[in-house]
Amino acid sequence: MAFGPFLLLATFEGLLQAAILTLTALGLSLVFGVMRVVNVAHGEFYMLGAVIAWWVSTFVSSMFGMPPAVGFIAALIVSPLAVGAIAMVGERLILKRLNYNPESTIVATIGMLYIIQQSVLLTYGPDARRVAAPFYYRIQLPWFGYSGYNLFVIAAAAVLLLIVWFILSRTRIGLIMRATQFDAETAQAFGIPIDRVYSLVFAAGAMLAAIGAVLVVPIRQAHYLMGLDPLLLSFITVIIGGLGSLRGTVIAALLIGLSDGIISVFFSPTLAKMISTLLVALVLVFKPEGLFGAKAR
Amino acid sequence: MTDKIIKPSSLISRRTTLKGVGAAAGAGLISATAPGFVRYAQAQTSAPIKLGLELHRTGIGASYGRWYERVANAAVKIINDEGGINGRPVQLIVEDDGTDPKRGAEVIEKFATQHKVDLVFGTLFSNVVVGAAPRAGELKMPYLVVSEGTHVSSGSLNRYCFQPGITDVRSQVTAMAPFMTKNLGKKVTMMFPDYAFGYDHRDNLPAAIKAQGGEVVEMIAVPPTETSFTRYLPRIPANTDVLYHVMVGPSVLTFVTELGEFYGSQHPAIFGFIDSIEAVDLKTPQLDFLEGSYFWEGNPRYAQKDQSQWDKLYRAAVGVDDTGASVHDPKDISTYAHMYGVWETLFVIKQAMQKAGYQGPQDKAKFIEALESFDKFEEGRDHPQGDKIFNGKNHQAYGHQNISKVESGRLNVVHRTAIEDGGPQTTADYTKMAL
Repeated sequence: MAFGPFLLLATFEGLLQAAILTLTALGLSLVFGVMRVVNVAHGEFYMLGAVIAWWVSTFVSSMFGMPPAVGFIAALIVSPLAVGAIAMVGERLILKRLNYNPESTIVATIGMLYIIQQSVLLTYGPDARRVAAPFYYRIQLPWFGYSGYNLFVIAAAAVLLLIVWFILSRTRIGLIMRATQFDAETAQAFGIPIDRVYSLVFAAGAMLAAIGAVLVVPIRQAHYLMGLDPLLLSFITVIIGGLGSLRGTVIAALLIGLSDGIISVFFSPTLAKMISTLLVALVLVFKPEGLFGAKAR
Repeated sequence: MTDKIIKPSSLISRRTTLKGVGAAAGAGLISATAPGFVRYAQAQTSAPIKLGLELHRTGIGASYGRWYERVANAAVKIINDEGGINGRPVQLIVEDDGTDPKRGAEVIEKFATQHKVDLVFGTLFSNVVVGAAPRAGELKMPYLVVSEGTHVSSGSLNRYCFQPGITDVRSQVTAMAPFMTKNLGKKVTMMFPDYAFGYDHRDNLPAAIKAQGGEVVEMIAVPPTETSFTRYLPRIPANTDVLYHVMVGPSVLTFVTELGEFYGSQHPAIFGFIDSIEAVDLKTPQLDFLEGSYFWEGNPRYAQKDQSQWDKLYRAAVGVDDTGASVHDPKDISTYAHMYGVWETLFVIKQAMQKAGYQGPQDKAKFIEALESFDKFEEGRDHPQGDKIFNGKNHQAYGHQNISKVESGRLNVVHRTAIEDGGPQTTADYTKMAL
């Protein structure tokens, strides 16, 4: 294949990777930024999003005989809400009782990771299951074909990103979140219910991961172990971008997604993983707060 | 005096009560299920023969595991209905290895020291086999795998490891290479998983193609845990006549759909190992492009026109319909091409134990020698896939291979290889090793 089309394919692949990564990493970064909680169970919320999407879409298509698009849209609504509710329960029952202590919450979320993963294994089973894409359209370029749905995922992620940005910077609830992130104690003194903000943020972080998963599940399948890879990549992204910095997260996700896509296509996926891990090491050595992270106050 | 002093400080609270109850229940549960907890002390002759099934119940091999278990249960039921082995009933003990090599070795250990089984069988994924086999050898535990890997016949394992139910990859690809070069083309690109099983393909196919006057133009190794494949596809050279693919794990459907998206209807001839769509429904909408492509099958998934009475009987016993799906759930596609190996292995075990007059673990050496004395298995109820020859020295069975073509969304066998097509057998000799 000639260089031009090769690069085009690599860019498509990279953008797709970046789109999903942005959504998952954004959730992780939001939770850390506001709550100072390193959520190791984040990848499992992603996995739950995909598994619930399978349940919902299968239910809709088998009970009502609806076309796959209806099932997909139902999944896109139900799955993030369900995952958000589960995350909120986890936050109330576990993280709150640990007073959001940074060390304890790491261990607690590792526990949540295994509880969620094994519960899914017990109920959903060990198989990879397919969710039908809402539409199937193959774009034939002169050199290769590409799935139209993949391009839709990239666009949808961009739109969602804009919505998140709007909520955080232009709405009252965003202002409250930012105030809590900046200084929780002062915010509380001004009458902001920190407690409820924490619940909401933890649920919102999980919902972002779930939305990413619903978008991706027609491309990859729903499987109980699918949360591990996104967790690792999300951590790499937020470390490079700076924990808690949304702008940094988005830029780092684009950087990692594109470089991963392009290096994977031109060289090898293993090399791409090595380079991103090396980048994390370099960032940690020379700029521990991340490329866009604020210095610890 | 204050209240504090008088109040007994050790009042039983709700919490401590719960703790105590929980601990007691836990202890009870453990003592009831702990392996080695012997509830009967019968004479040895009527005690069951315990066969350990090391199963990929979870992890990336789970769809195979589900069906391997069903097949094993069906075969054991027949054996027990016919009076067991040497007058003793057969008991199946299942342990999950998570398709994880490290866990595989631990499972062997658990079988040997806790369940005290007579032998272990049924492992599929070759990385798990390679991880577990040394421990089986150390514990002197007969280990009969159903894996296709060339690791048994190559002599790299030990005297306790056998593969009597399914042909190894080396002879499979040697038998099929002539069909590919004659009918599909001479320039072959291979895509294979980047671990032991894939290496068997990588190491054996190029020579087999070359012997037919063709060449392998590109070899693309894909990590077995990969979830996205489009990025590998541009490496397929434009002059490729035949794309040879063999993929495993939960992402196989993603692999074939992405291949279809990439190529559309303009693609090189495709020859795949059924592994790439094992347990996947061929009627999945995005798989239309596979129409006209070819697959290797150990045992044909769809009942063929010339279906043998033995396949009919076996298919009914394991609960699979004529399209390869479960009779209970048409969406539950079987791993039909591979799982017959479990069935045949169990009947080989029965035959060898009868020949050795096997009575218990003290007869393990006799059992191994009985296995090594076999040289062929006849087609029949016990060997529904077909007749096989067995090499007692390299512990490997050699059978027929099927090449099927996708026609109107079903797999029709277009060529069945002869056993000799698998080429000369490897010269490894385990019988020289001490027992």
